[in-house]
Amino acid sequence: MTNAIEIQQLSKQYKTKVALHPLTLSIPEGQLFGLLGVNGAGKTTLIKILTGLLKPSSGTAHILGHSLSKEDSAIHSIIAVSPQETAIAPNLTVRENLLLMARIHGFSKLQATAKVDEMIAQFSLEPFEKERGKTLSGGWQRKLSISMALILEPRILFLDEPTLGLDIISRQELWTMIQKLKGSTTIVLTTHYLEEAVELCDRICILKDGYMKAVGTVDELIDQSKQSTFKDAFVHFVTGGES
Amino acid sequence: MRSYIFAGRVTKEVLRDPISLFFGIVFPIILLLLLNTINRNVPKNLFSIDVLTPGIAVFSLSFIALFAAQTLSKDRTSAYLARLLTTPMTATDFILGYSIPLAAIAFIQSIICFITAYFMGFTITLHILLALICLLFASFIFIGIGLICGILLSEKAAVGLCGALLTNLTALLSGAWFDLSLIGGTFEKIAYILPFVHIVDLVRALLANDYSATLPHLYIVIVYTVIIYGLAIFFFRRQTIED
Repeated sequence: MTNAIEIQQLSKQYKTKVALHPLTLSIPEGQLFGLLGVNGAGKTTLIKILTGLLKPSSGTAHILGHSLSKEDSAIHSIIAVSPQETAIAPNLTVRENLLLMARIHGFSKLQATAKVDEMIAQFSLEPFEKERGKTLSGGWQRKLSISMALILEPRILFLDEPTLGLDIISRQELWTMIQKLKGSTTIVLTTHYLEEAVELCDRICILKDGYMKAVGTVDELIDQSKQSTFKDAFVHFVTGGES
Repeated sequence: MRSYIFAGRVTKEVLRDPISLFFGIVFPIILLLLLNTINRNVPKNLFSIDVLTPGIAVFSLSFIALFAAQTLSKDRTSAYLARLLTTPMTATDFILGYSIPLAAIAFIQSIICFITAYFMGFTITLHILLALICLLFASFIFIGIGLICGILLSEKAAVGLCGALLTNLTALLSGAWFDLSLIGGTFEKIAYILPFVHIVDLVRALLANDYSATLPHLYIVIVYTVIIYGLAIFFFRRQTIED
């Protein structure tokens, strides 16, 4: 299996604070990879670096063979990001928001319209498709935000806290959708929710204060921590225990 | 193509905001009507419509800076810009996408201003075409200021700076309402260091068919446009990828 993402000694340091200590990691193609950690662990920093929004202080990364530092335009045509914030155009309707994303990514008008219809149906956005983004509730805005990433049919999808603010039903629906993408799309997902990581992720990386504390499948992490549950394993790693 | 698609989105964002529309299109007309009414009811000719109209046309451009600042800072703070920065859009696509609709709105705004003034006795000649081209060119000074504020400041600060400070500076230091030589001294010197009065003097000279009077204002407006718009591009490129 080839690696979709290869990270070598990637780090990020601000003037006095280290947001990410040198990290080496590889994520195979088609895998759903979870970044788990408490606030300030470095999850979003890593995603920002991998999506070209933040310059690393040191290290290298390759996205499907493309160098992060030299081939950002090639990378941007194969990735999609759903940021932690509900990043939508407030005065555009649901349909217009989706259409804009598809058109920017190079879909023809016809293809884009078909993709928009598909996303609207998939996310049950029909009742709101003519409503402006700013008038939607927080949960629907998040759904729209995620569908704006999925419409692009990316080879690598970055989901930063995708279920934040979603009710239990919407969360379950989104989990089903994410699971359907498994295998065909490489997904990097950050989350605070342990059950989400357990339910969805093939492998999980636990970060704390910018350090990678452990990486592996749920069972491997439980074994490494010598605990009996994943929750105990997580607590073990984020409270100072080593693998 | 991408800049054209993005320009469509910016146009919708601005035109669907009723407050922006009021300040951009309706407010300058109200101002023109008000000052013309005052002029008719005072014994001294305070605001001749032929002198006042170019001033109002330039003052109206300051609201374009507000639109630019508001749209860009909103996109930035809501992470919508971050989302778009992970797409194949280039910095040029963004700059053009933000600028083209605002320049078009500025052009329409100037036309409406001249048409309104015509019904109040403003003399329309062919020279108005040159004045319109000049106003369109000068609008890039205001778009540039708006983009700089939008990319560097929070939404509140950007809107405050462009909505309050810039509009007042343009009103007071452009000679739109009164002859700056009436105050003279340091006030007049400062006014002539800034571009606003030069735009007004240039437009007035063009409308009066006095081409010799267009200099040195034309050169100063060109230099300011190149510097400010150049700075906007520089700051946009620098700020969009975090160090």
